[in-house]
Amino acid sequence: MSNQSPDWPLWEVFVRSRQGLSHKHVGSLHASDATMAIANARDVYTRRQEGVSIWVIPAEAISASSPADKDILFDPANDKVYRHPTFYKLPDEVKNM
Amino acid sequence: MTKAQHIDWLLSLADDALILGQRLSEWCGHAPALEEDIALSNIALDLIGQSRALLSHAGRLEGAGRDEDRLAFFRSDREYRNLLLVELPNGHFGDTIARQFFYDQFALIRYTHLAQQTFDSEVAAIATKALKEVRYHAAHSAEWMIRLGDGTELSKARIQESVDRLWPFTGECFQEHTILDAAIASGAMPDRSRAQNTWNESVGAVLNQATLTKPEGSWKQSGGRDGLHTEHLSYMLAEMQVLPRLHPEAKW
Amino acid sequence: MDENERGMEPYLCGESFHAMDLNQRFEDYIAADQKIEAKDWMPDEYRKTLIRQISQHAHSEIIGMLPEGNWITRAPSLKRKAILLAKVQDEAGHGLYLYSAAETLGANRDDLMDALIDGRAKYSSIFNYPTLSWADMGAIGWLVDGAAIMNQVPLCKCSYGPYARAMVRVCKEESFHQRQGFQIMLNLSEGTDEQRAMAQDSLNRWWWPSLMMFGPNDESSTHNEQSMRWKIKRFSNDELRQRFVDMTIPQVELLGLTVPDQDLKWNESTGHYEMGPIEWQEFFDVIAGNGPCNKERIAARKKAHRDGDWVREAASAYAQKMNAKATSNQTHAA
Repeated sequence: MSNQSPDWPLWEVFVRSRQGLSHKHVGSLHASDATMAIANARDVYTRRQEGVSIWVIPAEAISASSPADKDILFDPANDKVYRHPTFYKLPDEVKNM
Repeated sequence: MTKAQHIDWLLSLADDALILGQRLSEWCGHAPALEEDIALSNIALDLIGQSRALLSHAGRLEGAGRDEDRLAFFRSDREYRNLLLVELPNGHFGDTIARQFFYDQFALIRYTHLAQQTFDSEVAAIATKALKEVRYHAAHSAEWMIRLGDGTELSKARIQESVDRLWPFTGECFQEHTILDAAIASGAMPDRSRAQNTWNESVGAVLNQATLTKPEGSWKQSGGRDGLHTEHLSYMLAEMQVLPRLHPEAKW
Repeated sequence: MDENERGMEPYLCGESFHAMDLNQRFEDYIAADQKIEAKDWMPDEYRKTLIRQISQHAHSEIIGMLPEGNWITRAPSLKRKAILLAKVQDEAGHGLYLYSAAETLGANRDDLMDALIDGRAKYSSIFNYPTLSWADMGAIGWLVDGAAIMNQVPLCKCSYGPYARAMVRVCKEESFHQRQGFQIMLNLSEGTDEQRAMAQDSLNRWWWPSLMMFGPNDESSTHNEQSMRWKIKRFSNDELRQRFVDMTIPQVELLGLTVPDQDLKWNESTGHYEMGPIEWQEFFDVIAGNGPCNKERIAARKKAHRDGDWVREAASAYAQKMNAKATSNQTHAA
């Protein structure tokens, strides 16, 4: 019976769809180890030429920011518009900057 | 190689892939894990794809108007040229993996040569594509051999038993045979003893890593290349061919 | 609440941690068509409803592999064999995407699988019907997958992010399924008399079960209202069923076939087809486990899982050995 040994752990899968793009989270799967996880990810998530590179990460190894902290983590950036280039008005004479 | 030999040789390549693909497709929906279900189906799809390309090529070369389906569905077991190994029933997952492992290691050597030979450029093109697939299959089956061999006591016992039982069917891969000998002489197939040595080495290395014992026996079951098969093939073909045989004039 | 949240609590005192505030924030999100993500706060009932719906959907994909898998080895051409195999394989993939989505809600795939093989979980009743001819591969792709797509496309916009994203992937792949099914029907309908009869027979058997796939009539559906409000479900059963019939009948005509519904007629004033009454007793009988293949399907699933126990255990045991080896190597190196 499967309860006698631990179930295959969960892995999060990240796929680079093209050279030059970063890896993007596509989903998860179960596998006994990293080698099998990559093989399975290839079969599960790139059957239609969706990728050129795969990362797998044990789901339990991911630390995430808490959704409840969304406000304190991300709202303070709202009023710092001076970080964006569009904040700065340039004289018309300056064409490219 | 005569033209007839050339066609027979192509059929031997095509039939190995088709029959093994057909066997593997029986797993669809019944594998030990969903992920493995998808993996086995992928391998089956690759094999069926290889067989289609090879059968079409054989049909064109023959010039008698037989296409891939005509060759697949309207030949009897006695006209099939595949290895006995690939027609053996799936058994349990370990049996399927051991069968696949032995075949993949053989296919790897064969396709590596086929991709480079100049006797038949169409085959070279098919093999170049197939080689990428077969490399993946070989990695998959070897990884599983290692996990089942070096897994639990139960899995070790089971996979060792599969290895022992299938072993006599591996010799046929390298057996002397008129047509294959002609193919070797034409440079179309790899040198027999060198191929067998390579196979022995790579199979031995994986079995070793899998903590399994390589069987010693040298007895070979053979006959597949001449159309003398196990009892299993006729049943398999009866199932596979039923619709086209029942409706010979139909298109699907 | 997980460790992180607990650790940050002092900063949030008196702010948004009140249960009512959380609920309000959740409702606001839904109202604003924002997605709820895995770790966001959500009402228990929303979580439960989603786990139930997503896992049922996943089970349907997995059980759905069986009736079609039944014909892979008998596909009448190598091309058809490859297409069907790729299609059934996709269903395993869809099951997997969906189990993944359910797992983001805290469900465990092995538990869900156990519920399925113990007969505690539901899945789409349509897969309890037998596949009796090759034409059924056409009818399933065309009608069953067609009905499924109709149900599923709105789910790509469902309020729960991981489910919505899984559905985007599923729907993209499903459209090939429906087309290959229709193509099978088209070939049969243009084929020999026997092939045409095969196609008609298959349509006769699959038509009503396909209409039942949209679920009971709106007035007798239990989960409709709350799910609509939460944007887990976006159209009612009857709306989707009507849309399916309106879309499918012209295709039936194109094939030169007829649906087994004597009451079917075009209503000029509403611009919709009117259909005859559905035999709901049959639907409920099949759900209750009395369909022609309920027991076979579950038995097949159970056998696959149990036969695979030793394989999965072997892989786990090997992984443990390798981890232990890696750890002891590190210790020695240090």
